[in-house]
Amino acid sequence: MASEEPVYIAGAYEHPTREAPDKSTMQLHAEVAKGALEDAGLEKDDVDAYFTAGVPEHGSGLSPLVAADYLGLDPSYADTTDYGGSSYVSHVGHAASAIRDGKCDVALITLAGRPRSRGQATGSGVRGLQTMQDSFERVYGVTNVTMYGMAAQRHMHEHGTTSAQLAEIRAAASHHAQYNEHAMYQEPVSVEDVLESRVVADPLHLLDCCVISDGGGALLVVSEDVRSTLERSCVEVLGHGEAIGHQDAGRIDLSKTAADQSGARAFEEAGLGPEHVDYASIYDSFTITVLEALEDLGFCAKGDGGKFVEGGTLRAPDGELPFNTDGGGLCSNHPANRGGMTKVIEAVRQLRGEATDEVQVDADVALAHGTGGSIGTRHGAATLVLGGEDR
Amino acid sequence: MSEASRPVPEVTPETERYWEAAADGRLLLRECRDCGLTYHYPRALCPDCFSDDVDWLEAAGTGEVYSYSVAHSMSGWPADDLPLVVAYVELDEGPRMVTNVDCDPDEVTVGTRVEVRFVDVDADDVAIPVFVPAAE
Ligand SMILES: [Zn+2]
Repeated sequence: MASEEPVYIAGAYEHPTREAPDKSTMQLHAEVAKGALEDAGLEKDDVDAYFTAGVPEHGSGLSPLVAADYLGLDPSYADTTDYGGSSYVSHVGHAASAIRDGKCDVALITLAGRPRSRGQATGSGVRGLQTMQDSFERVYGVTNVTMYGMAAQRHMHEHGTTSAQLAEIRAAASHHAQYNEHAMYQEPVSVEDVLESRVVADPLHLLDCCVISDGGGALLVVSEDVRSTLERSCVEVLGHGEAIGHQDAGRIDLSKTAADQSGARAFEEAGLGPEHVDYASIYDSFTITVLEALEDLGFCAKGDGGKFVEGGTLRAPDGELPFNTDGGGLCSNHPANRGGMTKVIEAVRQLRGEATDEVQVDADVALAHGTGGSIGTRHGAATLVLGGEDR
Repeated sequence: MSEASRPVPEVTPETERYWEAAADGRLLLRECRDCGLTYHYPRALCPDCFSDDVDWLEAAGTGEVYSYSVAHSMSGWPADDLPLVVAYVELDEGPRMVTNVDCDPDEVTVGTRVEVRFVDVDADDVAIPVFVPAAE
């Protein structure tokens, strides 16, 4: 049983940039760290733990050291868990555990990246062979987008899901993005617009795919002792769960993700269920990523995701389950090609009542879910259940 | 498709026999003598029980498409090799493997019966198993 000591997110900051040709990735890390500290009302010297994942352009596992060096941090606790996009969701849970263990009181989590300025090939390019699995996968020209395309194809085959249902997800995200002045794509799009965009990898269209943006974000996770000194409204970390899905020796199931395990673990720790969630941030590298996660997290039965998202379910403020009210990775921001950070930030905004007016939900309980890697091969899943201070 | 365009797999002591067999026109799986698991991709230890008592098993080379996608554009892959059909093929022995179905995209769907073929690459003693729709 987890310790009962409450742990909070006291600071959250999303970099407003979407294209930063004149800034270094490390500079963006520093700017988001500074932003989160100002948001919380804390000082740099208060930070005693540091969490970050790899920097894709470094191509090495030592990026967290590079970042700590650049930022001038002297942490007593560090965690460099790297699950791709789900990393930053998991970092919040790991920080909560470290704080409850008495290892630290103020944990800084940062993400930054410049894939847009660097012209970094993302979902549609063949990468060099690095891992053992690459010799059995990438030699076939598989890419992120064809892997997610295969997941969508299988989901359609098993459950009758349609391209129009997937398009509902993009349409809802774009409905929210029109109110976000920083969103890359603020123009609302219809289901028909998505279906008329070119097919990138069957059955996924261009508008089923997320944006490529520069930027970053940071979070501060703090102990009860620290929170009690702050004037800022804080968000409580109620539950956290993780899981890894993979090839499973050749038994991979493309119609589901490891969110079924990470979600169940997070809800159990929180003592809550999907029915208690007022707002959900769901990682959205592709529309199918959202659809499968909604099912796996228990918001609807497996296979019913297509019907679930029809009829405005995901649209704020009045839908049954408003999601990604900043426009998400599909329309607003996907820094470093890793969307977990911005998922947590928007959930914090919703619980503090600081979302954009038009999409603000009356939210006491929010969920943030990250998916990292590829649901077509292997992926991390990390889920947080968060509570508002006055719930 | 252009054989020269394919990346060459990294051949290691753990996987050498798999690639050499492919060059010889045979598709190998691994089978655990302790727990009975038949698995792909090849690993020295069984991923279910960690036994190192695992055999090589020659697959029939037949199966069906578990899922597929078609890349219409892809940086780093020759334009005249597009569209490219990538797939998971579920072998009749059980395991699902990432591969290509070398055919017109209109000829493939989930459930299409397929059989293995081998494509040469720019390396001696290595070939890559791909699939084509099975003869009726
Ligand atoms: Zn075994």
